[in-house]
Amino acid sequence: MRVGLFVTCLVDLMRPRIGFAALELLRSAGCEVIVPRTQTCCGQPGYNSGDRAGAKRLAQKLIAEFEPCDYVVAPSGSCAGMIRTHYPELFSAAPDWQARVRALAERTYELTDFLVRVAKLATVAGEFRGTVTYHDACSGLRELGVKAQPRALLAKVKGLALTEMDEAQACCGFGGTFAIKFGDISTRIVDAKCERIAATGADAVVLGDLGCMLNIEGRLRRRGEARMQVLHVAEVLAGKTREPS
Amino acid sequence: MHATSMHFKSRAAEKLADGDLRAALDGLKRRFVPARAAAIAELDDFEAVREAAAEIRDRALEHLDFFLEAFERNCTARGAVVHWAETWADVNAIVVAIARDNGVRKAVKSKSMVSEECALNAALEAAGIAVVETDLGEYILQLGHEPPSHIIAPVIHKTRDQVSDLFAAKHASPRKTDIGELTREARERLRPHFLSADMGITGANFIVAETGSTLIVTNEGNGRMATTLPRVHVAITGIEKVVPTLEDVATLLRLLPRSATGQSISNYVSLTTGIRDAAELDGPEQFHVVLLDGGRSRILASEVRAILRCIRCGACMNHCPVYQSVGGHAYGWVYPGPMGSVLTPSYLGLENALDLPHAATLCNQCGVVCPVKIPLPGLLRKLREQQYERGLRPWHERMALAGWARLAAHPRLYALATSLAAKLLCWLGGHERRIARLPFGRGWSGGRDMPAPAGKTFRALYGKQD
Ligand code: SF4
Repeated sequence: MRVGLFVTCLVDLMRPRIGFAALELLRSAGCEVIVPRTQTCCGQPGYNSGDRAGAKRLAQKLIAEFEPCDYVVAPSGSCAGMIRTHYPELFSAAPDWQARVRALAERTYELTDFLVRVAKLATVAGEFRGTVTYHDACSGLRELGVKAQPRALLAKVKGLALTEMDEAQACCGFGGTFAIKFGDISTRIVDAKCERIAATGADAVVLGDLGCMLNIEGRLRRRGEARMQVLHVAEVLAGKTREPS
Repeated sequence: MHATSMHFKSRAAEKLADGDLRAALDGLKRRFVPARAAAIAELDDFEAVREAAAEIRDRALEHLDFFLEAFERNCTARGAVVHWAETWADVNAIVVAIARDNGVRKAVKSKSMVSEECALNAALEAAGIAVVETDLGEYILQLGHEPPSHIIAPVIHKTRDQVSDLFAAKHASPRKTDIGELTREARERLRPHFLSADMGITGANFIVAETGSTLIVTNEGNGRMATTLPRVHVAITGIEKVVPTLEDVATLLRLLPRSATGQSISNYVSLTTGIRDAAELDGPEQFHVVLLDGGRSRILASEVRAILRCIRCGACMNHCPVYQSVGGHAYGWVYPGPMGSVLTPSYLGLENALDLPHAATLCNQCGVVCPVKIPLPGLLRKLREQQYERGLRPWHERMALAGWARLAAHPRLYALATSLAAKLLCWLGGHERRIARLPFGRGWSGGRDMPAPAGKTFRALYGKQD
């Protein structure tokens, strides 16, 4: 099966190794992976900020780029959710696009969801010595039902033990531009998350969305917490938790 | 009610710094969130009941005129009078006129958020009519001259100590700290008012078209005294609260107390149908129902129509990370939290509550708990779109969005810009690989670092690998 990897704009810019980890995982699951070169952004920033027209233009571009693939997979619940649940709404007044949009939306998956439910990945290469706790990022959890999938995959990582934090499903306060527009409220929210993470005594917090990772890691460091690692689930599964040197 | 919804940011900043409020809000979350979860778990099939509840509310809204007329017919047939109020001022004028016609000097009130919309108490007082709030929370607020900060737990922002001080000062009595004793003191003060009031004012959680009844859900019993003791009863609510049948009400009641306080059923569910007839010993001689439009029919025709399904349970705010952080007063008008962030701009105008649609992370915790399946994040997004279209967003925000959309539409330019950005951010990150002060992102870096990237984009690395 031909899987189009939507790297996402944040991973492209801020943490490319998540993209490579996703690539390896998909390949190890037996997928032929295509990375459309012209891909950029799914349009979510505009969509959530009221710029519907701008979002629509980027959505049209993405649809055209990924249409030839059997599946679209993104290492982000929020970007996959944008395509899967919000694109159909975005084009609700454009009947000529409806069929194309729906067809693509239905084939779009968050990475762990895809690996478990579609590709049925049996083993993973990653090893991790220590305990991790998993934060359920909002869009993946509440738009796509991603909850058991990453945990099932993490259970296959050699050496890894999972310990649950309190309120793993609670928002970390990122919210895209919310963390910039309402920085102080966002800080209060992410503080609660940091406390819950710290209370588990885990070595790392693992999650599936880079936006939330930047928020949580940024706040942990500002609080002077230098030890706790903040890792993307793809990095852990693929054993790419360090920058290649 | 006087609105300060334009000042969400500054009010929120004040509230974040208030330690007592923080403790109070933690208490709210600890109490209501698990209680709701347990009560919802009692239902065999929450999703099916939710679906049915949403359908009931949609059906009522779809045929609003029909059900309202049916309500009026059935209500008047039992000796009540239905008044139609287009605006908040109309509500106040109607209630003042009823009071004057009946020589009312004092009214006792049970909780009504619609009366908060209208600022009814002030209007009655200006007309020389005393008003006494009898819901414990509202009574405390009236003593302290404060607006409610939550739709079902109006005084949630106050700690017990603050209430102790307030009672001691206003009642001129020895300071008490035990909640039971405080409640008893309030009850002793309220009892004579119930007996001497000429008018009882209540809200209505629902009005039932089939029977012409109004219904209130309470826990303290004050509502029932207000509907039965005084000789005149006035119920005030919004036109959207109509529900076709009693059976529909029963379905909604399976969800309302559970979603609100985590009770399977509230202590009281009071259904008021008509006036006292000759054979009855209790009940008012007159029963007036005041139905307010106040912008509802405008919302009915708008993109955020689904908000009219709301049954005012408060679950969305109890579960909202923003409400849990800043409390209800920061929102600046009657309704706080996610439902308030939809209602306030819809009632007062988009331009009078610019921050509210944006003051949400769109985490959708509200959407998944809402008993009538209101897609709150989707409605907030609609309001954001309307703001954007009407040019109500700051120019730098519009520029940034337009710039991003343009850039992302041109892959080559995008590749160049992002590779430069990756280098710049990497350099800013220095040895520690984190950026403590982000250019153009002080909101972000005021509270957190930005982890710095390694310097090359995925695109560049992948291109090389191939
Ligand atoms: S919007 Fe939904 S959750 Fe919020 S108060 Fe209304 S019914 Fe309850």
